[in-house]
Amino acid sequence: MEYFQVMNFERIREKLNILADAAKYDVSCASSGSDRTNKNKGLGNASRMGICHSYTEDGRCISLLKILLTNHCIFDCAYCVTRKSNDVKRAAFKIQEVVDLTINFYRRNYIEGLFLSSGIFKNPDYTMERLIAVAKRLREEENFNGYIHLKSIPGASDELMYQAGLYADRLSVNIEVPTISGLQLLAPDKKHEDFTKPMLKVKNELLRFKNEQKVIKSTPKYAPAGQSTQMIVGASGETDKDIMYSATYYYRKFLMKRVYYSGYVPVAEDSRLPSIGTQVPMLRENRLYQTDWLLRFYGFAVNEILNKEHPNLDMDVDPKLSWALRNLHHFPIDVNKASKEMLARVPGIGMQSVGKILHARKFRKLSWDHLKKIGVALNRAKYFMICNSRHWERRDLDADKIKGMILQTSKGKFRKQYSQQLQLFN
Amino acid sequence: MNSSKILIYDGSFNGFLTAVFVAFEEKINVADIQQNNQCQSGLFSETQTIFTNVEKAKRVWNGIRNKSHNAITNVYFSFLSEAEGIELILYSYIQKLMIAKNGKQLDYSDGIVLRINQLARSVGREKHRMEAFVRFQLTKDNIYFANIEPDFNVLPLISKHFRNRYADQQWLIYDVKRKYGIFYNMEHVELVSLNLKEVHFNKIHRSDAFLNEEYDYQSLWNDYFKSTHIKSRINKKLHTQHVPKRYWKYLSEKKQAV
Repeated sequence: MEYFQVMNFERIREKLNILADAAKYDVSCASSGSDRTNKNKGLGNASRMGICHSYTEDGRCISLLKILLTNHCIFDCAYCVTRKSNDVKRAAFKIQEVVDLTINFYRRNYIEGLFLSSGIFKNPDYTMERLIAVAKRLREEENFNGYIHLKSIPGASDELMYQAGLYADRLSVNIEVPTISGLQLLAPDKKHEDFTKPMLKVKNELLRFKNEQKVIKSTPKYAPAGQSTQMIVGASGETDKDIMYSATYYYRKFLMKRVYYSGYVPVAEDSRLPSIGTQVPMLRENRLYQTDWLLRFYGFAVNEILNKEHPNLDMDVDPKLSWALRNLHHFPIDVNKASKEMLARVPGIGMQSVGKILHARKFRKLSWDHLKKIGVALNRAKYFMICNSRHWERRDLDADKIKGMILQTSKGKFRKQYSQQLQLFN
Repeated sequence: MNSSKILIYDGSFNGFLTAVFVAFEEKINVADIQQNNQCQSGLFSETQTIFTNVEKAKRVWNGIRNKSHNAITNVYFSFLSEAEGIELILYSYIQKLMIAKNGKQLDYSDGIVLRINQLARSVGREKHRMEAFVRFQLTKDNIYFANIEPDFNVLPLISKHFRNRYADQQWLIYDVKRKYGIFYNMEHVELVSLNLKEVHFNKIHRSDAFLNEEYDYQSLWNDYFKSTHIKSRINKKLHTQHVPKRYWKYLSEKKQAV
């Protein structure tokens, strides 16, 4: 059982503070999607659903030890805290130090595993090799079966991307800037292909593993939790349509498991970017995640929510309600007869309630009371549906009236930001 | 024999299932099913003591499981919720399940089915929370030790997770509220009961039972926790929603706040 000597502890502490602080802008926190089991009475396993061991003070989940191997970097991307022209303290972990930290935190159930990123030092391949070395040592020398998330370093070779997937559960490379023109402006040393080449290699390996595994059961696992990417919101003057069309492209072309949206936090003064002190666009980020959920779980197509006529999301209402108000001709639906797809489109009915409604209505016709107990948000759903009851919304209301009534009777966590509009309905 | 009876059982899950078996077999009109330390007899009801019988309990367990795997999970989890009157609600649930053809556990328009479903969900959430918030401390005896005070009796539910994950270290998780724990000795998990002089919370004061290195790792973790904050995104309400205050005393990163 190894532990740090007193002198070493102070140095580790200093490095950890620098290199964890630099890693926090990579918002992916997932520890789900892998069913890696414990082998040979080794250490650890992965939990299919993922486990959040703690939460930051801004509400984000902490499930992994998320650090940079080093924050030395040869690049100067405008939005990045680690950019070479930024005057910050630089540090670097030794491979064994990362392994020791991971194992000791893991044994105490502080974390599900490791999330390892890095500034690019020397060149992309050299950096990627070092990341792989950490993962390899954890798997092979420590018999560690917990979760490992490695960054795909932009520009890394295909051969290294193949190796990385043999040890990691998830790989990711952050596109950061949603548009190619934006990337050229903010990260002129990087090419778009530097990002998409590793994404493509990982996608092909994921498909190859899926096919080979059907024939050869003992095919070595390749990144069981797939790959993901991240986009910064509010740094390059992009519209919500730019972001979500871009996200849809990455989901389809590279089989992304997740796309993350991170509100821009100004870290250095730069004329190409919003100045320090600019508010983080949290409401906008929230609406983008809601849209992402509609695309992945509610059966919406991206152009139904964002298109030429509506290039940006409404801030005062969520995208599902917004769509429903623009498409009132689809409503009201009969909750006892409607299809799963239409039930999912009713504001106030979430996918869990859709499931419960489909099961419950086999036993009896559902009325308002049933729906309320199931957990439907009736204060909005009632304008869009009828059920087994003599009472329903009969007035001929237009979209603005409905919106006003819903806003008046519900609470919103971002209300202060758009309260001027509410006064119109008083 | 139409008068209603109160069945008294020993408080264990097997005891409860035995009571269900007896009630079905003897066609008893059940007024209530109570633990033997409660004994609130109604004015007009007789009582009958149930002696736990594992064979009978198993038959009930298998009977429910054959109807539906989800239903048996719902029954076990909601029993562990220790909710007041849970036995009678569960009895009603099991009756409905057995009488109906199939899939009654999915009839969310039925109040009892919904209630059991919700209770099972709450217990499931607490189980998941415990798997997240158990924080081990390495003792001088080389045992990874943790305290918990869960809302529901979830120790039986989390044992398998920890046994699978920490196969190569001895560990002990102790339920301070219910005064029992589970201990893995590298071979199997056993129930234990401890005489703790002081409960080893992640206190500010150091305890003799742990090495200095243990506190080093806790400091490193606290530092790590602090460095994840992005001040411009602070949201205490959301933070407390995810980590309710009653769990803070077990999390070393929150200990300064206690």
